[in-house]
Amino acid sequence: MSDPVSALNGAAFSGMASVTEGGLAGMITLRGDLSSAKLKDAVKSATGAAMPVSGKVELSEDGGLCWMSPDELLVLVRYEEVEAKLAEINAGLKGEHALAANVSDARAVFRVSGEGAREVLAKLCPVDMSVDAFVPGQFRRTRMAQVAAAFWLDHDETFHIVCFRSVADYVFTLLSTAAQPQSEVGVY
Amino acid sequence: MLILECPYCGVKAEETELHAGGEAHLKRFGPGSSDDDFHDYLFMRENPKGVHFERWRHINGCGKWFHAARCTMTLEVFGTYSAQTYEPPQDIRDAISAKRPDWSWREFK
Repeated sequence: MSDPVSALNGAAFSGMASVTEGGLAGMITLRGDLSSAKLKDAVKSATGAAMPVSGKVELSEDGGLCWMSPDELLVLVRYEEVEAKLAEINAGLKGEHALAANVSDARAVFRVSGEGAREVLAKLCPVDMSVDAFVPGQFRRTRMAQVAAAFWLDHDETFHIVCFRSVADYVFTLLSTAAQPQSEVGVY
Repeated sequence: MLILECPYCGVKAEETELHAGGEAHLKRFGPGSSDDDFHDYLFMRENPKGVHFERWRHINGCGKWFHAARCTMTLEVFGTYSAQTYEPPQDIRDAISAKRPDWSWREFK
């Protein structure tokens, strides 16, 4: 087997915020009835994270659950474990009307951190990025300039961005341009 | 700028995060219907100056379709509601009546 590589191989940029490509990340898209006890148990045992409420992410030591829509979750796991976790979830969902698929290689992830991080995202997304409005643990699917993207904020003021792998280069260029030094708007 | 609150994920989404889906509450006339009904279903649309009901899709978000009631003249939004309904719910109608007492739209008032 060839070695898997992430979209941009860990590309990084440093300006008013630092932008880093996040490398390989295991992701499973899960569609189903999020209120079902069987589904909750399956994702809990796979990731160790609790079921997130609308618009939130629940993170555990090496995984997490993102609320994508009323009937969709994004399950975050380690890249090496994704096939095993997928099998585990599928086993847990036996008899349930649900679908889980490994989408790890269809996605790219970025981290944006530093003082200007909120401003970088505010330049690109139609989202209120003020400290009161966008709090740690919040998850938001939106648009980043011309492409779809999703991101959450962790407790260290780092934004984790998920986008399609095919637009990884575009998103990296967007983020680096928005993070150019001396391009602060000074809103946040 | 039009800002609609998605009733499914609660996000206050602005226009660029949404996709317009045309007039709401159309009744489909398919195979077996009369030519007139089919013609009206395909082509006849409201074009009001004032209260209007539309379908929108939260395309750069949760991906769900929903309904919105708004004023085409002032861009005022009276409310958004689920797509799983054949007519505007009472609370939306009340919200419109509070601001536009004489409103009517197709068979609804």
